Amino acid sequence: MTAMTMAQALNTALRDALKEDDRVLVFGEDVGPLGGVFRITDGLTRDFGEERCFDTPLAESGIVGLAVGMAMGGFRPVVEMQFDAFAFPAFEQIASHVAKLRNRTRGRLALPIVIRIPYAGGIGGVEHHCDSSEGYYVHTPGLKVVTPATAEDAYWLLRDAIADPDPVVFLEPKKLYWSKSDVDLSTRRVKPFGRAEIVRPGRDVTLVAYGPSVPVALQAAEAAEQDGISVEVIDQRTLVPFDDATLTESVGRTGRCVVVQEAQGFGGMGAEIAARVQERCFHLLHAPVLRVSGFDIPYPPPKLEHAHLPGVDRILDTFDRLQFDDVPDPRHLADATTATLTATATATAAMAATMTAQKGATV
Amino acid sequence: MAVKAPSRKILDLLPSADPVRFLAEDGSTVTAPDEYVLPSDELLLEGYRRMVLGRRFDTQATALTKQGRLAVYPSSRGQDACQIAAAMALQEQDWLFPTYRDSVALVSRGIDPVEVLTLLRGDWHCGYDPVARRVAPQCTPLATQVLHATGMADALRRKGENGVALALVGDGGTSEGDFHEALNFAAVLRAPVVFFVQNNKYAISVPLARQSAAPALAYKGIGYGVRSVQVDGNDLPAVLSVLTAAVEHARSGREPVLVEAHTYRMDAHTNADDATRYRDEQEVEHWRAADPIERLTAYLRARNLLNDEIVNTAQADAEALAADLRARMNADTVPDPLELFDHVYAEPTPQLREQRAQLAAELAAELAAGSQAQEG
Repeated sequence: MTAMTMAQALNTALRDALKEDDRVLVFGEDVGPLGGVFRITDGLTRDFGEERCFDTPLAESGIVGLAVGMAMGGFRPVVEMQFDAFAFPAFEQIASHVAKLRNRTRGRLALPIVIRIPYAGGIGGVEHHCDSSEGYYVHTPGLKVVTPATAEDAYWLLRDAIADPDPVVFLEPKKLYWSKSDVDLSTRRVKPFGRAEIVRPGRDVTLVAYGPSVPVALQAAEAAEQDGISVEVIDQRTLVPFDDATLTESVGRTGRCVVVQEAQGFGGMGAEIAARVQERCFHLLHAPVLRVSGFDIPYPPPKLEHAHLPGVDRILDTFDRLQFDDVPDPRHLADATTATLTATATATAAMAATMTAQKGATV
Repeated sequence: MAVKAPSRKILDLLPSADPVRFLAEDGSTVTAPDEYVLPSDELLLEGYRRMVLGRRFDTQATALTKQGRLAVYPSSRGQDACQIAAAMALQEQDWLFPTYRDSVALVSRGIDPVEVLTLLRGDWHCGYDPVARRVAPQCTPLATQVLHATGMADALRRKGENGVALALVGDGGTSEGDFHEALNFAAVLRAPVVFFVQNNKYAISVPLARQSAAPALAYKGIGYGVRSVQVDGNDLPAVLSVLTAAVEHARSGREPVLVEAHTYRMDAHTNADDATRYRDEQEVEHWRAADPIERLTAYLRARNLLNDEIVNTAQADAEALAADLRARMNADTVPDPLELFDHVYAEPTPQLREQRAQLAAELAAELAAGSQAQEG
């Protein structure tokens, strides 16, 4: 057991993959002698040579397009996009080719490519350096999408991604690069690829998070405990393939679910998770599934990012809306009688009539 | 101040001022630069035969769109010499990266014509085995395949396979960023790749003058340090000679080459397009006179290399190819909708399994309703 940062864990994973498989190649912008702007590829060119880890010209579509051809030729490219928003020039290559070539060739050509993308905010980055871009990738069939939250998970998920027969978009939470935790790489302790992990057990609410939001979710769970709410935290880990089973089982027990993500909320991963939970757990829910997310604005500047990012307080405020104090709808009570149901119906009809009358008066 | 002459290195990279040519439009010979060798008589006869077959395939495919057997077909009529030369210049270990307009080149490389037309027939996959044939799926998003060819060329170099990748691209495609990134990457990586631009003068409706202000598209190579050549694309001996030299230079020199062929798209963009809206008949007539098959025929006839027997055999073979294609394309195929889930990933995700089961149930219900209606 050694203390290791996520950056070191990722570097170790790349080293071990390069050592074990000659087909693995690492390339991108500044990943050579510099070791990448975040030093994830530190020392790889020195230790494995320029043939295995090299700098490319500065063109992201070119990097991913090159990886497609190399993978067709039998290699397993691991490419780095320097920052989330800088990956956008590569989007056509990713969406039209990386994601589709297996299908377009009826399974005859696989593309075992890993596209590493440092993503999300919380590091005081200037514009175009802090986007949470997972929504674009999870919406693209043919891609697997992964985002680790701990150093140990980062190591194994990256090893899994490189060994995977399909292309993987590997999203690295920038703000967690330097977070240290105890890591034991001698035996695999983490869940397989495609499975979520319950990182904190609880009884009253299931709080779903991934990547940069996992530590925030854990803090919020601690704080909620003081208020008497027992929160179960799930680290979703792999967004595609999505683990419905772990989530459904958890919400089945807690009856409440909150999803937290850094990304803007509209049309995002959190919306998908909320939809999936209510589709599967509707009759077990005591409250609506709620989302905690960034706002629907371009990522704000360093001086304002604290106002945007979902923090502990925003999560706790959301817990307040989980209807812990509501009187249940009598229709859902096991001993509901015809009399109470009729009373409820009458009350509802009266309310509707009042509203109609008021509306008429306004017009 | 004296103007400094361009260095030898720069001159090596620049294309010749005029396209390389062996044959004038009437089939008479003209002088080509010394570095290019007129292909052997056998190769030229082979090129002739392949062009006749390719043209017949192309005509048949267009006809199949009218019968509803193909969803769409982008014809390469007029670009026959480029299509055939691309197939002939490559060795077995080399890879071809075609666009949607390069079906004739694929047929000429030996892929079953029905497989070549699978996608255009309305199926969901490319139809042939890209690995067995060393031909990438025909690419629809413009110029994206040029990067794949570069990556493949670099992969072949790394594996010591002595192979070359040849990327086909059109004049419109040279405006795409991926074309430029590919040239740059290939030059920096010294990837053995040939970029073959078939400049057919139109990107759907947009004429070359609105596409590029370069003296010729071949001049796009110099900025990236890529050796470039321009060639008369309707002169089979010239295209074959230039492309073969480019492929062999890429192979032995381990560096990319850009070849621009000046040709013309005789038909509309596809059967769904109306070319009369953007070009006049006079222009088309001018290019009809430059037909690559007629030009080579005139040359071979003048040199007594081509006789009626060879012509008749080629035409009979072409008719047999067309008849076989018609017969096999007239058979209805029903792609299995459930297979749509099978190759999204190596293993379907749990969600895809659920969706597959859902569609299977929908199809079964449809079938049951259908048979019930029949019984009723």
